[in-house]
Amino acid sequence: MKVLVPGALRSYTGTTQVEAEGATLDTLFDDLERRYPGIRFRVVDEQNRLRPNMRIFVNGTGVRALDHPLARDDFVAVVLALSGG
Amino acid sequence: MSPALSRPTARRSGARKAAAPPARLVILVATRKGAWVFRGDARRKAWTVDAPHFLGHTVSHLQLDPRDGRTLLAAAKTGHLGPTIFRSTDFGRSWKEAKQPPAFANPAGGPPARSVDHSFWLTPGHASERGTWYAGTSPQGLFRSEDGGVSWAPLPAVNDSPQFREWMGSEQDGTPDGPKLHSVIVDPRDPAHLYFAMSSGGVHESRDAGLSWSTLVTGLEVVDGLDAGTLTYHDPHCVRLCPGNPDRLYQQNHCGIYRLDRTGKPTGGGSGDRSGDRSGDRSGDVWQRVGRKMPKRVGDIGFPMVVHPRDADTAWVFPMDGTDVWPRTSPDGRPAAYITRNAGRTWQRLDQGLPESQAWWTVKRQAMTVDARPTPALYLGNTGGELWIGHDEGARWSNIARHLPEIYAVEVAEPA
Repeated sequence: MKVLVPGALRSYTGTTQVEAEGATLDTLFDDLERRYPGIRFRVVDEQNRLRPNMRIFVNGTGVRALDHPLARDDFVAVVLALSGG
Repeated sequence: MSPALSRPTARRSGARKAAAPPARLVILVATRKGAWVFRGDARRKAWTVDAPHFLGHTVSHLQLDPRDGRTLLAAAKTGHLGPTIFRSTDFGRSWKEAKQPPAFANPAGGPPARSVDHSFWLTPGHASERGTWYAGTSPQGLFRSEDGGVSWAPLPAVNDSPQFREWMGSEQDGTPDGPKLHSVIVDPRDPAHLYFAMSSGGVHESRDAGLSWSTLVTGLEVVDGLDAGTLTYHDPHCVRLCPGNPDRLYQQNHCGIYRLDRTGKPTGGGSGDRSGDRSGDRSGDVWQRVGRKMPKRVGDIGFPMVVHPRDADTAWVFPMDGTDVWPRTSPDGRPAAYITRNAGRTWQRLDQGLPESQAWWTVKRQAMTVDARPTPALYLGNTGGELWIGHDEGARWSNIARHLPEIYAVEVAEPA
């Protein structure tokens, strides 16, 4: 599936959109870690929680649970939380 | 090399070798928005600066490994991304990320699991233990690397101890930027003898490389009305061990400036004993509040503590305003270091060259240090992004850089 990567993580991937696999968000991040070592810990903490200021959208819907199931043609966007000020 | 130092010697005697020029120093500056490296000339007068490293990252600490003179470790995170440690083995020409940054375990049946928000403090291990490093984190945690910072393991006797966790409190019990474990110290005589401090949570030592710990808080004061026997109330800001006498430590605390001369007779108990201050035994290791000799209008509150590289009677502090709501500015808008040359019996103000008024910055706990030259210079970075050098042990201050981001840590080192 296609994964949109924010600019802050481009030092790992080299590009804004990558291909990765996974039946859930958790295993998707495992696959991303295999492809781009170090990337998972910047987004998911050691207790398997999405870091507080990161957001994940699956086909445009916000998701925080890492056990969220994924299909092969889903589009996953990893986004830095936005706020004013 | 300074011609004034080397040429006359060479001319006078062909048999005498010219004195080796002093190694050139570098200042490692960690800021809220990246890290900078300043390279000095032999006289510490002119400085050149590298392009910023990790621009946009919050860098809490940047340290050179004194055992090889070329390995740098940087504790970094960004506003959104999780924490990591960057490593360079070629003095900053290239960087790699740690394969396993500090991360808490989640032992079954233990206290609630935590996540590292940021690594805050980096300490190279003992000279005999190449590749060993310690990291203190926020929330409070202690980690060790034995492979030069590539992978980090938690020390369970601290991180997962129910007693320590009680003293640490929850993340919400800490300061706005998070509670910290800091001042990780390795005794230069014994790699197994360790100290660390927690804001808050007291001062602790281990003599078995971190397997077990004892408290070291007797004599330290806490905020009025609270019980000094409760470790949670102890807030050491910065603890330093004197290289010239490793049995002497100085401490800048939330409640004053202290000196401890180790007696070899500990007062208070081990990590199961909360009452370091309750035993009534004052003949052992008792911190002395030497800050009471500071001028009353300045007080003895601050964050950094600096000790002389050889003379254990000489130490420096940089007071801040700790009144009322804790403005955390220089007292009266007039920044100054203070030096003692007699182990805290008297203090002298050192402000020549610093702004004389309306300067409301202050200095964080890792942001003031000293070099090891025969006549040492002090170095400080402030919350206003200015880097200063205090020549002649702080007697004459001059500015090195302005307009940097808020400075979190300053170290001075001699690269290979």
